[in-house]
Amino acid sequence: MIEFRHVTKEYEDGTVAVHNFNLVCESHETTVLVGTSGSGKTTVMRMVNRMVDPTCGQVIWDGVDVATMDAVKLRRSIGYVIQEGGLFPHWTVAENIATVLRLEETPKGKVREAVFDLMDRTGLPRTFADRYPGQLSGGQRQRVGVARALANKPLLMLMDEPFGALDPLVRRDLQNEMIRIRDEFGVTILLVTHDMSEAMRLGQKVVVMQEGGDIVQAGRPQEILERPATPFVSDLIEAARF
Amino acid sequence: MTWIAINIPEIVSLLGHHAAIALPVIIISVMFSIPIGWVASRKRRLGRPLIAGLELLYAIPSLALFVLIPAIFGFGLRSNANILIVLVVYGVAVLVRSCAEAFDSVPADTRDAADACGFSLWRRFWAVDLPLSLPVCIAGIRVMAVSTISLVTVGSVIGIQSLGTLFTDGFQRGLMEEVVTGLVLTVAFALIVDLAIVAIGKLLTPWTRSR
Repeated sequence: MIEFRHVTKEYEDGTVAVHNFNLVCESHETTVLVGTSGSGKTTVMRMVNRMVDPTCGQVIWDGVDVATMDAVKLRRSIGYVIQEGGLFPHWTVAENIATVLRLEETPKGKVREAVFDLMDRTGLPRTFADRYPGQLSGGQRQRVGVARALANKPLLMLMDEPFGALDPLVRRDLQNEMIRIRDEFGVTILLVTHDMSEAMRLGQKVVVMQEGGDIVQAGRPQEILERPATPFVSDLIEAARF
Repeated sequence: MTWIAINIPEIVSLLGHHAAIALPVIIISVMFSIPIGWVASRKRRLGRPLIAGLELLYAIPSLALFVLIPAIFGFGLRSNANILIVLVVYGVAVLVRSCAEAFDSVPADTRDAADACGFSLWRRFWAVDLPLSLPVCIAGIRVMAVSTISLVTVGSVIGIQSLGTLFTDGFQRGLMEEVVTGLVLTVAFALIVDLAIVAIGKLLTPWTRSR
């Protein structure tokens, strides 16, 4: 379970990205933060693995304040997926997937085995192992990004617009794959998107955000669809339909 | 061609001296410029003036520097240390900006992903920043290497042995053949080192070829 308690992020120049943000994300569930750009959703997500440190408040993961944890160790235990996968262009697919395993000095034989297993699970042909990211399509790169994030069997995954750069059919395909992976691994997911239909499809809890990390509405997708709290939420839903 | 035929052992020895100065200077300049470039790219407010200042060193006339450096450090005008230090100053002056730009060229997303995967800063430097900066870095190293090889010849004016000795000696004795030999060999040596750097660069960046 992740708990945001009175979290505020103010930058040195005085801009407040997030103000007094409170939220609970249940374990083994997918929580989706949805909102327009500038809503602070990415900032909130990056506070969990300490890519951003809050100026006020706490982020608690399973009872422990992440601020008290070593940032490098914390990050290795959390899967992180960004748009286009954020792959290392100078490493092959196999090397990319093995990133965290190699950082943790896993024996070589075990790494190879784990990489092939992850490629199978994320729908990547094993023949791709020695290719470079530059030789793959956008969808394939995204699969590699997901495989890399899963390598250390994380209990928690953070995903920032993971499917944003993909064409609709590939996106749909990968979204379904993600639901399958979530159910198979029982992993807790915190996902950020600006696409309401994606939020509805993937989220077990959907959090609609507005400027400054303001939560407009939070709840099950069905609740939000049936009873949008403000015109802003209805607009987002409308925009997703057409 | 008779002058060359008679003086082959001397020419080979001068080429050896030339390489013994140029190659360490190239390597040391790279070893200084890469960390400076990395810091300059990370801390821009400190880095930009630092780079501009280092580049200005190139404006100091080399003969002045050949006299100034021994005066500061207290060793002989004709010592190897003198020419090594002078040329490293120029080498760094030529190379640091490319190195800083090379680290700037590493995609922010990639660095961000590395941090999020749990690389320490030290490991990220070796595993991500440095390899991805190589294509731009190598372009700068090529310019610096060629410039260094040609600058080594200036040392002959103060009596440091190199292919430049063929210029000074040839001028004094009115031997055109000797001067041309020095010129051709310097250019040929620069060309070979340049090709070697390109080859090493290709070996170190296999991902750039397979698109």
